[in-house]
Amino acid sequence: MKTLIFALFFGFLSTTSGIAIAASAGVHLEPVEIDLSDKASLQRGAQTFVNYCLSCHEAAYMRYNRMGQDLGLTDTQVKENLMFASEKVGDTMTVAMQAEDAKKWFGVTPPDLSVISRARGTAWLNSYLRSFYLDDAKAMGTNNTVFKDVGMPHVLWEQQGYLDHDEESGHLSEATEGDLSSYDYDLMVADLVNFLAYIGEPSKIQRLELAKWVLLYLFILFLVVYPMKKAFWRDIH
Amino acid sequence: MFTSLMGWVDARFPATKMWEDHLSKYYAPKNFNFWYFFGSLAMLVLALQIVTGIFLTMNYKPDAELAFASVEYIMRDVEWGWLIRYLHSTGASAFFIVVYLHMFRGLIYGSYKQPRELVWLFGMFIYMALMAEAFLGYLLPWGQMSFWGAQVIISLFGALPVIGEDLALWIRGDFVVADATLNRFFAFHVIAVPLVILGLVVAHIIALHEVGSNNPDGVEIKKKKDSNGIPLDGIPFHPYYSVKDIVGVVVFLFIFALILFYMPELDGWFLEKDNFVPADPLKTPVHIVPLWYFTPFYAILRAVPDKLMGVMAMGGAQAALFLLPWLDRSPVKSIRYRGPYFRIALTLFIISFLALGYLGTQPATSLYTNMARVFSVIYFAFFILMPFYTKFDKDKAVPERVTMK
Repeated sequence: MKTLIFALFFGFLSTTSGIAIAASAGVHLEPVEIDLSDKASLQRGAQTFVNYCLSCHEAAYMRYNRMGQDLGLTDTQVKENLMFASEKVGDTMTVAMQAEDAKKWFGVTPPDLSVISRARGTAWLNSYLRSFYLDDAKAMGTNNTVFKDVGMPHVLWEQQGYLDHDEESGHLSEATEGDLSSYDYDLMVADLVNFLAYIGEPSKIQRLELAKWVLLYLFILFLVVYPMKKAFWRDIH
Repeated sequence: MFTSLMGWVDARFPATKMWEDHLSKYYAPKNFNFWYFFGSLAMLVLALQIVTGIFLTMNYKPDAELAFASVEYIMRDVEWGWLIRYLHSTGASAFFIVVYLHMFRGLIYGSYKQPRELVWLFGMFIYMALMAEAFLGYLLPWGQMSFWGAQVIISLFGALPVIGEDLALWIRGDFVVADATLNRFFAFHVIAVPLVILGLVVAHIIALHEVGSNNPDGVEIKKKKDSNGIPLDGIPFHPYYSVKDIVGVVVFLFIFALILFYMPELDGWFLEKDNFVPADPLKTPVHIVPLWYFTPFYAILRAVPDKLMGVMAMGGAQAALFLLPWLDRSPVKSIRYRGPYFRIALTLFIISFLALGYLGTQPATSLYTNMARVFSVIYFAFFILMPFYTKFDKDKAVPERVTMK
């Protein structure tokens, strides 16, 4: 019975998936591979981010120079290629747009994106960025299947082109052609989501790096303390 | 030199006496098994929470405008801040896992029974204080779930007749959860409740060492002593259990590190997704759920249609645990020698507790609510029927001495 209860207890933790999934129930989310060691992907994502997201959205907890260090860029490279909204490389990624203006234009203040990947999940972001479609009923002319009636327009329309949405089947199909093929657009979004995952938790790089040493240390410590216990307990029967 | 120094101290403070009473000459049964690791592990996690908590307060800002950002500041700009924060957030859940397993040990081996009723009661008070501590601390990151979780839980006080609304207002210090609430929760979380917990832990251990530890056989080792008055089945806690508990600590830390380093959110179970969205009093999340360690009681609360009755059922579910020592009328402590009634009852109880814990995390659909009702009934039946099924159970003969299974 002991083992049964034990299995039940840990089985519950491991087999049931997370809690806050119900929020986007019914929409299929396309997972995307996150690889924080892929510096090229992160750099491409950063490029997209500062060019298209950082005009309206902030990432107010993320510093430019920290990003540069983690992405393998010098401060000069960051300043010349990725800093349009700030002066100092130690600044955080803020925008000049006033929150009240934003509210007037989009109906909501565009959320800070620092930890959006941890709030929404990367699959959600990946799907969201690929699911804008034409909708005349909306002020911006577009809507989104993943985030219904979102205030944000289809910022990446030049790359993806516009999509049409079939109400009955729920399918999205091409309405106008973009600069990128659908395959290349998906890669662009994947890089952007990879970057968003990175800024969600920059210390994850250090965390994963440290992990193996901590585990190795504990394993070696076990090899010391377990025989020690055995030795002390030799006479106890 | 050392002896004379100790002599000097001992003449003024019972250092050696305390060392002997609680460690080197505290005789614990020699047959402790896996389940006996969790007491010392709970102490370890308590120490961990206090130490990491102290470092977190150095950079955390208990201010509704700054709190969320200060947590991200700790995660990014403070040296090792991410590690300290994850130690604390993973430690909170680890504390409950360890404490639940510790309590389960008490249930299966009857450690709450005479003469250990006070050990159990002090432990239950620790558990209550721990839940308060976790609830208070969960507001501090000032995310959506912090805010709305606190809003929901505090509003439960509003269900009390006559004084309810005023009481809820008094707790919040405002008409909604706000800066005033955050400030006072911070004060309670970092000083008031930890002091209570520390005091209770001392009482828990003093009471335990007064009567002596139970063991998997539920045999009182003090009944059989040698000519020196030492229990025949007892061994000094130090060094035997200190070296054994170190092994437990290392294995525990290994699992703890696996979670902390590779999945600190544990897929939403230890850090909820919605708590990465800053608190917004104008936007209610679709699905407000407390963290996993509260969900069995949350499920009981939601299972009852009437709010006041639900709050009372939830309180009753916790109060019932306090009464265990007096509800159990079997002369046998350990499940090894208990009859089938108790075994079945305990199994059903554990299944109900886990099922309620799961249902508490899910949206309250009518199917789930009905399931929660069934499991709530089983939960309470375990306690209400206990005087009967333990009295008439077909218990087995308990051995004279402990066994080394």
